[in-house]
Amino acid sequence: MIDVTHITKKFGTITAVDDISFSVGTGEIFAFLGPNGAGKTTTIKMLTTLLKPTQGGIRVNNADPASDQDAVRRSFGIVFQDPSLDDELTAYENMEFHGVLYGIPRVMRRARIEEMLKFVELWDRRDDLAKHFSGGMKRRLEIARGLLHHPRILFLDEPTLGLDPQTRNHIWSYIQNLNKSEGITVFFTTHYMEEADRVAHRVAIIDHGKIVAQGSPQELKVNKNAATLEDAFLAYTGTDIRADSVSGAEAMRQHRRMWRR
Amino acid sequence: MIGSLGQPLLFLVALGFGFGPIYARAGGGNYIFFIAPGVIGMGIIFTAIFGGIELIWDRQFGFLKETLVAPVSRLEIMMGRTLGGATVSCIQGILVFFITLAIGFRPVSMAGLLVAVLFMFLTSLLFTALGTAIASRMEDMTAFPIIINFVIMPLFFLSGSLFPLQGLPKGILWIAKIDPLSYGVDGIRGALTGVYHFGFAADALILAVVAVILLGVGTYLFSQIEI
Repeated sequence: MIDVTHITKKFGTITAVDDISFSVGTGEIFAFLGPNGAGKTTTIKMLTTLLKPTQGGIRVNNADPASDQDAVRRSFGIVFQDPSLDDELTAYENMEFHGVLYGIPRVMRRARIEEMLKFVELWDRRDDLAKHFSGGMKRRLEIARGLLHHPRILFLDEPTLGLDPQTRNHIWSYIQNLNKSEGITVFFTTHYMEEADRVAHRVAIIDHGKIVAQGSPQELKVNKNAATLEDAFLAYTGTDIRADSVSGAEAMRQHRRMWRR
Repeated sequence: MIGSLGQPLLFLVALGFGFGPIYARAGGGNYIFFIAPGVIGMGIIFTAIFGGIELIWDRQFGFLKETLVAPVSRLEIMMGRTLGGATVSCIQGILVFFITLAIGFRPVSMAGLLVAVLFMFLTSLLFTALGTAIASRMEDMTAFPIIINFVIMPLFFLSGSLFPLQGLPKGILWIAKIDPLSYGVDGIRGALTGVYHFGFAADALILAVVAVILLGVGTYLFSQIEI
Protein backbone atom coordinates (compact mmCIF):
# COMPACT_ATOMS: atom_id res chain seq x y z
CA MET A 1 0.00 0.00 0.00
CA ILE A 2 2.87 2.37 0.82
CA ASP A 3 6.31 1.81 -0.68
CA VAL A 4 9.15 4.16 0.13
CA THR A 5 12.35 3.53 -1.80
CA HIS A 6 15.59 5.31 -0.96
CA ILE A 7 14.07 8.70 -0.36
CA THR A 8 16.10 11.67 0.75
CA LYS A 9 14.90 15.16 1.63
CA LYS A 10 17.25 18.05 1.93
CA PHE A 11 16.43 21.58 2.99
CA GLY A 12 19.40 23.55 1.77
CA THR A 13 22.36 21.98 3.53
CA ILE A 14 20.26 20.13 6.10
CA THR A 15 19.38 16.53 5.33
CA ALA A 16 16.14 15.85 7.15
CA VAL A 17 15.55 12.40 5.68
CA ASP A 18 18.54 10.37 4.58
CA ASP A 19 18.03 7.50 2.12
CA ILE A 20 15.22 5.68 3.89
CA SER A 21 13.21 2.74 2.61
CA PHE A 22 10.26 0.95 4.09
CA SER A 23 6.95 -0.64 3.14
CA VAL A 24 3.52 -0.79 4.66
CA GLY A 25 1.29 -3.66 3.58
CA THR A 26 -2.43 -3.36 2.88
CA GLY A 27 -4.48 -3.65 6.05
CA GLU A 28 -1.48 -3.15 8.28
CA ILE A 29 -1.39 -0.92 11.34
CA PHE A 30 2.04 0.66 11.09
CA ALA A 31 3.71 2.79 13.75
CA PHE A 32 6.37 5.29 12.66
CA LEU A 33 8.40 6.16 15.73
CA GLY A 34 11.29 8.46 16.38
CA PRO A 35 12.67 11.16 18.65
CA ASN A 36 11.89 14.82 18.04
CA GLY A 37 13.58 16.17 14.94
CA ALA A 38 14.19 12.67 13.57
CA GLY A 39 12.40 13.26 10.29
CA LYS A 40 8.95 11.78 11.02
CA THR A 41 6.93 14.83 10.08
CA THR A 42 8.99 15.43 6.95
CA THR A 43 8.40 11.84 5.87
CA ILE A 44 4.66 12.07 6.45
CA LYS A 45 4.52 15.30 4.47
CA MET A 46 6.20 13.55 1.56
CA LEU A 47 3.73 10.66 1.76
CA THR A 48 0.78 13.05 1.88
CA THR A 49 1.77 15.23 -1.11
CA LEU A 50 2.78 18.24 0.95
CA LEU A 51 6.50 17.98 0.13
CA LYS A 52 8.46 16.48 -2.77
CA PRO A 53 11.46 14.25 -1.99
CA THR A 54 14.84 15.47 -3.14
CA GLN A 55 15.59 11.95 -4.34
CA GLY A 56 13.94 8.56 -4.42
CA GLY A 57 10.51 7.09 -5.10
CA ILE A 58 7.27 6.84 -3.19
CA ARG A 59 4.18 4.85 -4.12
CA VAL A 60 1.01 5.38 -2.12
CA ASN A 61 -1.87 3.16 -3.22
CA ASN A 62 0.00 2.64 -6.47
CA ALA A 63 0.36 6.33 -7.28
CA ASP A 64 3.21 8.80 -6.89
CA PRO A 65 2.46 11.64 -4.44
CA ALA A 66 4.83 13.97 -6.24
CA SER A 67 3.26 13.63 -9.66
CA ASP A 68 -0.21 12.09 -9.17
CA GLN A 69 -1.26 14.34 -6.36
CA ASP A 70 -5.03 14.10 -6.64
CA ALA A 71 -5.05 10.31 -7.05
CA VAL A 72 -3.01 9.96 -3.89
CA ARG A 73 -5.09 12.53 -1.99
CA ARG A 74 -8.29 10.67 -2.66
CA SER A 75 -6.84 7.48 -1.25
CA PHE A 76 -5.92 8.73 2.19
CA GLY A 77 -7.43 10.56 5.11
CA ILE A 78 -5.27 12.36 7.62
CA VAL A 79 -5.64 13.55 11.19
CA PHE A 80 -3.00 16.17 11.89
CA GLN A 81 -1.36 16.69 15.23
CA ASP A 82 -2.97 20.11 15.63
CA PRO A 83 -6.68 20.44 14.98
CA SER A 84 -7.48 21.48 11.44
CA LEU A 85 -11.18 22.03 11.92
CA ASP A 86 -13.04 25.22 11.16
CA ASP A 87 -13.99 26.34 14.65
CA GLU A 88 -16.81 28.55 13.43
CA LEU A 89 -18.65 25.67 11.79
CA THR A 90 -20.67 22.94 13.46
CA ALA A 91 -19.47 19.35 13.52
CA TYR A 92 -21.91 18.53 10.72
CA GLU A 93 -20.79 21.51 8.64
CA ASN A 94 -17.14 20.56 9.01
CA MET A 95 -17.99 17.10 7.69
CA GLU A 96 -20.09 18.60 4.92
CA PHE A 97 -17.25 20.87 3.81
CA HIS A 98 -14.88 17.93 3.62
CA GLY A 99 -17.44 15.97 1.61
CA VAL A 100 -17.79 18.80 -0.89
CA LEU A 101 -14.04 19.26 -1.13
CA TYR A 102 -13.62 15.55 -1.91
CA GLY A 103 -16.43 15.50 -4.44
CA ILE A 104 -18.80 13.14 -2.64
CA PRO A 105 -22.29 13.40 -4.18
CA ARG A 106 -24.93 14.82 -1.88
CA VAL A 107 -27.07 11.77 -1.06
CA MET A 108 -24.04 9.62 -0.40
CA ARG A 109 -22.49 12.44 1.59
CA ARG A 110 -25.43 12.77 3.97
CA ALA A 111 -25.59 9.05 4.64
CA ARG A 112 -21.86 8.80 5.14
CA ILE A 113 -21.69 11.82 7.49
CA GLU A 114 -24.36 10.26 9.68
CA GLU A 115 -22.57 6.92 9.62
CA MET A 116 -19.20 8.40 10.58
CA LEU A 117 -20.51 10.75 13.26
CA LYS A 118 -22.35 7.84 14.86
CA PHE A 119 -19.20 5.75 14.59
CA VAL A 120 -17.22 8.24 16.72
CA GLU A 121 -20.23 8.85 18.95
CA LEU A 122 -20.65 12.51 18.02
CA TRP A 123 -23.97 12.31 16.18
CA ASP A 124 -25.95 14.03 18.93
CA ARG A 125 -23.42 16.89 18.98
CA ARG A 126 -23.58 17.38 15.23
CA ASP A 127 -25.08 20.87 15.41
CA ASP A 128 -22.67 22.21 18.01
CA LEU A 129 -19.87 24.54 16.96
CA ALA A 130 -16.47 22.87 16.76
CA LYS A 131 -14.94 25.54 18.96
CA HIS A 132 -16.98 24.25 21.88
CA PHE A 133 -15.55 20.75 21.56
CA SER A 134 -12.93 19.40 23.95
CA GLY A 135 -9.60 18.22 22.58
CA GLY A 136 -10.77 14.62 22.56
CA MET A 137 -14.00 15.43 20.77
CA LYS A 138 -12.14 17.44 18.16
CA ARG A 139 -9.82 14.51 17.56
CA ARG A 140 -12.78 12.14 17.17
CA LEU A 141 -14.43 14.57 14.77
CA GLU A 142 -11.26 14.77 12.71
CA ILE A 143 -11.08 10.99 12.54
CA ALA A 144 -14.68 10.86 11.37
CA ARG A 145 -13.89 13.55 8.81
CA GLY A 146 -10.69 11.88 7.62
CA LEU A 147 -12.64 8.68 6.91
CA LEU A 148 -15.56 10.35 5.18
CA HIS A 149 -14.40 9.70 1.65
CA HIS A 150 -13.68 5.97 2.20
CA PRO A 151 -9.89 6.26 2.04
CA ARG A 152 -7.74 3.13 1.86
CA ILE A 153 -5.20 4.65 4.24
CA LEU A 154 -5.55 6.67 7.43
CA PHE A 155 -2.58 8.81 8.51
CA LEU A 156 -2.53 9.84 12.14
CA ASP A 157 0.06 12.21 13.55
CA GLU A 158 0.17 11.70 17.33
CA PRO A 159 -3.54 10.88 17.50
CA THR A 160 -3.79 10.53 21.26
CA LEU A 161 -1.55 13.37 22.35
CA GLY A 162 -2.92 15.06 25.43
CA LEU A 163 -6.05 12.95 25.70
CA ASP A 164 -7.40 11.17 28.76
CA PRO A 165 -7.19 7.37 28.94
CA GLN A 166 -10.90 6.84 28.22
CA THR A 167 -10.75 8.86 25.02
CA ARG A 168 -7.48 7.21 23.99
CA ASN A 169 -9.05 3.83 24.54
CA HIS A 170 -12.10 4.74 22.46
CA ILE A 171 -10.00 6.12 19.64
CA TRP A 172 -7.87 3.00 19.35
CA SER A 173 -10.89 0.76 19.48
CA TYR A 174 -12.52 2.72 16.61
CA ILE A 175 -9.34 2.37 14.61
CA GLN A 176 -8.79 -1.29 15.32
CA ASN A 177 -12.41 -2.09 14.49
CA LEU A 178 -12.10 -0.22 11.23
CA ASN A 179 -8.89 -2.00 10.44
CA LYS A 180 -10.47 -5.43 11.06
CA SER A 181 -13.78 -4.79 9.31
CA GLU A 182 -12.70 -2.73 6.30
CA GLY A 183 -9.01 -3.50 6.02
CA ILE A 184 -7.97 0.15 6.22
CA THR A 185 -4.21 0.62 6.38
CA VAL A 186 -3.22 2.79 9.33
CA PHE A 187 0.02 4.79 9.46
CA PHE A 188 0.59 6.64 12.70
CA THR A 189 3.22 8.37 14.74
CA THR A 190 3.21 8.53 18.50
CA HIS A 191 5.39 8.98 21.52
CA TYR A 192 3.16 6.67 23.54
CA MET A 193 5.19 3.50 23.09
CA GLU A 194 2.82 1.24 25.01
CA GLU A 195 0.08 2.13 22.56
CA ALA A 196 2.30 1.34 19.61
CA ASP A 197 3.25 -1.92 21.27
CA ARG A 198 -0.37 -2.87 21.83
CA VAL A 199 -1.84 -1.76 18.54
CA ALA A 200 0.75 -1.84 15.77
CA HIS A 201 1.42 -4.83 13.54
CA ARG A 202 4.73 -3.39 12.45
CA VAL A 203 6.94 -0.54 13.56
CA ALA A 204 9.76 1.51 12.07
CA ILE A 205 12.06 3.73 14.11
CA ILE A 206 13.66 6.74 12.45
CA ASP A 207 16.50 8.67 14.01
CA HIS A 208 18.63 11.47 12.56
CA GLY A 209 16.87 10.94 9.25
CA LYS A 210 17.71 7.24 8.98
CA ILE A 211 15.63 4.12 9.68
CA VAL A 212 17.34 2.33 12.56
CA ALA A 213 14.86 -0.49 13.06
CA GLN A 214 11.94 -2.10 11.27
CA GLY A 215 9.77 -5.04 12.24
CA SER A 216 7.01 -6.14 14.56
CA PRO A 217 7.03 -4.73 18.12
CA GLN A 218 7.94 -8.21 19.34
CA GLU A 219 10.91 -8.47 16.96
CA LEU A 220 12.26 -5.12 18.10
CA LYS A 221 11.94 -6.06 21.76
CA VAL A 222 13.67 -9.38 21.21
CA ASN A 223 16.48 -7.75 19.23
CA LYS A 224 17.31 -5.42 22.06
CA ASN A 225 16.40 -7.82 24.82
CA ALA A 226 13.87 -5.31 26.09
CA ALA A 227 10.73 -5.90 28.11
CA THR A 228 8.83 -2.98 26.64
CA LEU A 229 8.82 -1.26 23.27
CA GLU A 230 9.88 1.92 25.03
CA ASP A 231 13.01 0.24 26.35
CA ALA A 232 13.74 -1.14 22.90
CA PHE A 233 13.20 2.33 21.43
CA LEU A 234 15.63 3.91 23.87
CA ALA A 235 18.13 1.17 23.12
CA TYR A 236 17.88 1.95 19.41
CA THR A 237 17.96 5.73 19.69
CA GLY A 238 19.91 6.48 22.84
CA THR A 239 18.86 8.48 25.84
CA ASP A 240 20.18 11.94 24.89
CA ILE A 241 17.59 14.66 24.64
CA ARG A 242 17.23 15.97 21.10
CA ALA A 243 17.37 19.60 20.10
CA ASP A 244 14.02 20.67 18.78
CA SER A 245 13.65 24.00 17.06
CA VAL A 246 10.33 25.75 17.41
CA SER A 247 8.99 27.88 14.60
CA GLY A 248 6.91 30.95 15.27
CA ALA A 249 3.74 29.18 14.24
CA GLU A 250 4.53 26.20 16.46
CA ALA A 251 5.10 28.49 19.42
CA MET A 252 1.78 30.20 18.82
CA ARG A 253 0.03 26.87 18.52
CA GLN A 254 1.54 25.57 21.73
CA HIS A 255 0.53 28.74 23.48
CA ARG A 256 -2.99 28.41 22.21
CA ARG A 257 -3.14 24.79 23.25
CA MET A 258 -2.22 25.83 26.77
CA TRP A 259 -5.19 28.12 27.10
CA ARG A 260 -7.75 26.27 25.15
CA ARG A 261 -8.79 23.04 26.78
CA MET B 1 -19.69 43.00 9.87
CA ILE B 2 -21.74 45.47 11.82
CA GLY B 3 -18.78 46.54 13.93
CA SER B 4 -16.66 47.32 10.92
CA LEU B 5 -19.30 49.72 9.64
CA GLY B 6 -18.30 52.07 12.42
CA GLN B 7 -15.23 53.39 10.63
CA PRO B 8 -16.91 54.41 7.35
CA LEU B 9 -19.77 55.93 9.31
CA LEU B 10 -17.34 57.93 11.41
CA PHE B 11 -15.51 59.26 8.38
CA LEU B 12 -18.76 60.15 6.67
CA VAL B 13 -20.10 62.03 9.62
CA ALA B 14 -16.91 63.64 10.93
CA LEU B 15 -15.34 64.62 7.63
CA GLY B 16 -18.58 65.13 5.79
CA PHE B 17 -20.11 67.53 8.26
CA GLY B 18 -16.73 68.88 9.29
CA PHE B 19 -15.35 69.83 5.91
CA GLY B 20 -18.73 70.29 4.26
CA PRO B 21 -19.08 74.05 4.77
CA ILE B 22 -15.54 74.94 3.60
CA TYR B 23 -15.81 72.65 0.58
CA ALA B 24 -19.13 74.18 -0.43
CA ARG B 25 -17.75 77.68 0.01
CA ALA B 26 -14.81 76.76 -2.22
CA GLY B 27 -17.26 75.89 -4.92
CA GLY B 28 -17.00 72.11 -4.66
CA GLY B 29 -20.63 71.38 -3.99
CA ASN B 30 -21.89 68.89 -1.43
CA TYR B 31 -18.89 67.31 0.29
CA ILE B 32 -20.87 64.52 1.90
CA PHE B 33 -22.13 63.43 -1.49
CA PHE B 34 -18.57 63.61 -2.78
CA ILE B 35 -17.03 61.39 -0.16
CA ALA B 36 -19.92 58.90 -0.01
CA PRO B 37 -18.43 56.73 -2.79
CA GLY B 38 -15.02 57.17 -1.16
CA VAL B 39 -16.33 55.90 2.13
CA ILE B 40 -17.86 52.92 0.31
CA GLY B 41 -14.40 52.30 -1.13
CA MET B 42 -12.97 52.44 2.37
CA GLY B 43 -15.36 49.75 3.56
CA ILE B 44 -14.39 47.62 0.60
CA ILE B 45 -10.62 47.89 0.80
CA PHE B 46 -10.40 47.22 4.51
CA THR B 47 -12.80 44.29 4.49
CA ALA B 48 -11.15 42.82 1.41
CA ILE B 49 -7.61 43.03 2.78
CA PHE B 50 -8.70 41.57 6.11
CA GLY B 51 -10.44 38.80 4.24
CA GLY B 52 -7.30 37.94 2.37
CA ILE B 53 -5.22 38.16 5.54
CA GLU B 54 -7.53 35.64 7.22
CA LEU B 55 -5.35 33.18 5.39
CA ILE B 56 -2.71 33.70 8.04
CA TRP B 57 -5.11 32.66 10.78
CA ASP B 58 -6.09 29.55 8.87
CA ARG B 59 -2.47 28.76 8.31
CA GLN B 60 -1.56 29.14 11.94
CA PHE B 61 -4.61 27.49 13.34
CA GLY B 62 -4.70 24.60 11.02
CA PHE B 63 -7.65 24.78 8.69
CA LEU B 64 -5.45 25.57 5.71
CA LYS B 65 -3.88 22.10 5.96
CA GLU B 66 -7.25 20.49 5.40
CA THR B 67 -7.65 22.37 2.11
CA LEU B 68 -4.08 21.76 0.96
CA VAL B 69 -4.34 17.99 1.38
CA ALA B 70 -7.66 17.70 -0.45
CA PRO B 71 -7.83 16.65 -4.12
CA VAL B 72 -8.48 20.23 -5.14
CA SER B 73 -6.00 22.37 -7.07
CA ARG B 74 -4.40 25.42 -5.47
CA LEU B 75 -6.06 27.53 -8.15
CA GLU B 76 -9.50 26.30 -7.14
CA ILE B 77 -8.79 26.96 -3.46
CA MET B 78 -7.47 30.42 -4.30
CA MET B 79 -10.49 31.25 -6.46
CA GLY B 80 -12.86 29.97 -3.79
CA ARG B 81 -11.26 32.02 -1.04
CA THR B 82 -11.03 35.12 -3.23
CA LEU B 83 -14.60 34.99 -4.47
CA GLY B 84 -15.81 34.37 -0.94
CA GLY B 85 -13.79 37.24 0.45
CA ALA B 86 -14.84 39.51 -2.41
CA THR B 87 -18.50 38.73 -1.76
CA VAL B 88 -18.19 39.66 1.90
CA SER B 89 -16.31 42.82 1.00
CA CYS B 90 -18.88 43.77 -1.64
CA ILE B 91 -21.74 43.27 0.81
CA GLN B 92 -19.86 45.56 3.17
CA GLY B 93 -19.70 48.18 0.43
CA ILE B 94 -23.43 47.88 -0.13
CA LEU B 95 -24.12 48.24 3.57
CA VAL B 96 -22.04 51.42 3.65
CA PHE B 97 -24.07 52.60 0.66
CA PHE B 98 -27.24 52.19 2.72
CA ILE B 99 -25.69 54.30 5.44
CA THR B 100 -24.99 57.06 2.92
CA LEU B 101 -28.64 56.87 1.89
CA ALA B 102 -29.55 57.51 5.49
CA ILE B 103 -27.77 60.87 5.44
CA GLY B 104 -29.41 62.00 2.23
CA PHE B 105 -27.16 60.73 -0.55
CA ARG B 106 -29.07 59.62 -3.65
CA PRO B 107 -27.77 57.74 -6.69
CA VAL B 108 -28.46 59.39 -10.02
CA SER B 109 -30.34 56.34 -11.37
CA MET B 110 -31.14 52.67 -10.69
CA ALA B 111 -28.98 51.67 -13.64
CA GLY B 112 -26.23 53.71 -12.06
CA LEU B 113 -26.65 51.76 -8.83
CA LEU B 114 -26.24 48.45 -10.64
CA VAL B 115 -23.09 49.66 -12.37
CA ALA B 116 -21.82 50.88 -9.01
CA VAL B 117 -22.31 47.43 -7.49
CA LEU B 118 -20.36 45.96 -10.39
CA PHE B 119 -17.50 48.34 -9.67
CA MET B 120 -17.76 47.44 -5.98
CA PHE B 121 -17.41 43.76 -6.78
CA LEU B 122 -14.48 44.28 -9.12
CA THR B 123 -12.70 46.40 -6.51
CA SER B 124 -13.45 43.80 -3.82
CA LEU B 125 -12.00 41.04 -5.99
CA LEU B 126 -8.86 43.01 -6.67
CA PHE B 127 -8.14 43.77 -3.03
CA THR B 128 -9.03 40.32 -1.73
CA ALA B 129 -6.55 38.88 -4.22
CA LEU B 130 -3.99 41.41 -3.00
CA GLY B 131 -4.69 40.46 0.62
CA THR B 132 -4.23 36.78 -0.15
CA ALA B 133 -1.04 37.48 -2.10
CA ILE B 134 0.40 39.43 0.83
CA ALA B 135 -0.76 36.84 3.37
CA SER B 136 0.84 34.02 1.41
CA ARG B 137 4.21 35.53 2.19
CA MET B 138 3.54 36.06 5.91
CA GLU B 139 3.82 33.35 8.54
CA ASP B 140 2.35 35.27 11.42
CA MET B 141 0.67 38.52 12.28
CA THR B 142 3.68 40.59 13.34
CA ALA B 143 4.04 42.35 9.98
CA PHE B 144 0.33 43.04 9.84
CA PRO B 145 0.34 46.57 11.36
CA ILE B 146 3.12 47.51 8.93
CA ILE B 147 1.03 46.36 5.99
CA ILE B 148 -1.96 48.32 7.25
CA ASN B 149 -0.12 51.53 7.95
CA PHE B 150 2.28 51.59 5.00
CA VAL B 151 0.23 49.98 2.27
CA ILE B 152 -3.49 50.09 2.92
CA MET B 153 -3.80 53.50 4.55
CA PRO B 154 -1.83 55.27 1.80
CA LEU B 155 -3.82 53.43 -0.86
CA PHE B 156 -7.01 54.68 0.73
CA PHE B 157 -6.04 58.24 1.56
CA LEU B 158 -4.40 59.00 -1.78
CA SER B 159 -7.13 57.53 -3.93
CA GLY B 160 -9.47 60.44 -4.52
CA SER B 161 -11.84 58.99 -1.95
CA LEU B 162 -11.71 62.06 0.25
CA PHE B 163 -10.65 64.81 -2.15
CA PRO B 164 -11.05 65.52 -5.86
CA LEU B 165 -8.14 64.69 -8.12
CA GLN B 166 -8.25 67.93 -10.11
CA GLY B 167 -5.46 70.40 -9.55
CA LEU B 168 -3.43 68.23 -7.19
CA PRO B 169 0.36 68.62 -6.92
CA LYS B 170 2.13 66.31 -9.39
CA GLY B 171 3.51 63.89 -6.77
CA ILE B 172 0.17 63.16 -5.13
CA LEU B 173 -1.57 62.97 -8.47
CA TRP B 174 0.98 60.44 -9.67
CA ILE B 175 0.38 58.20 -6.66
CA ALA B 176 -3.36 58.46 -7.16
CA LYS B 177 -2.94 57.39 -10.76
CA ILE B 178 -1.12 54.17 -9.86
CA ASP B 179 -3.50 53.39 -6.99
CA PRO B 180 -6.09 50.80 -8.07
CA LEU B 181 -8.54 52.08 -5.46
CA SER B 182 -8.68 55.43 -7.27
CA TYR B 183 -10.24 53.73 -10.25
CA GLY B 184 -12.57 51.73 -8.06
CA VAL B 185 -13.81 54.76 -6.18
CA ASP B 186 -14.01 56.80 -9.38
CA GLY B 187 -16.09 54.04 -10.98
CA ILE B 188 -18.46 53.92 -8.01
CA ARG B 189 -18.67 57.70 -7.88
CA GLY B 190 -19.23 57.98 -11.60
CA ALA B 191 -21.96 55.37 -11.58
CA LEU B 192 -23.74 56.90 -8.60
CA THR B 193 -23.36 60.61 -9.40
CA GLY B 194 -22.74 60.64 -13.12
CA VAL B 195 -19.38 62.39 -12.77
CA TYR B 196 -16.29 60.40 -13.72
CA HIS B 197 -12.73 61.70 -13.38
CA PHE B 198 -10.92 58.98 -15.36
CA GLY B 199 -13.91 57.85 -17.38
CA PHE B 200 -16.03 54.69 -17.25
CA ALA B 201 -13.94 52.75 -19.75
CA ALA B 202 -10.64 53.57 -18.07
CA ASP B 203 -11.97 52.60 -14.64
CA ALA B 204 -13.48 49.32 -15.77
CA LEU B 205 -10.54 48.31 -17.89
CA ILE B 206 -7.84 49.13 -15.37
CA LEU B 207 -9.71 47.45 -12.51
CA ALA B 208 -10.29 44.32 -14.57
CA VAL B 209 -6.70 44.06 -15.77
CA VAL B 210 -5.15 44.70 -12.34
CA ALA B 211 -7.60 42.25 -10.72
CA VAL B 212 -6.61 39.51 -13.15
CA ILE B 213 -2.91 40.22 -12.60
CA LEU B 214 -3.30 40.13 -8.82
CA LEU B 215 -5.31 36.91 -9.02
CA GLY B 216 -2.46 35.41 -10.99
CA VAL B 217 0.19 36.66 -8.59
CA GLY B 218 -1.92 35.59 -5.61
CA THR B 219 -2.47 32.11 -7.00
CA TYR B 220 1.21 31.68 -7.69
CA LEU B 221 2.25 32.83 -4.20
CA PHE B 222 -0.52 30.74 -2.63
CA SER B 223 0.67 27.66 -4.48
CA GLN B 224 4.14 28.16 -3.03
CA ILE B 225 2.92 27.97 0.55
CA GLU B 226 4.47 25.13 2.49
CA ILE B 227 3.19 24.23 5.89
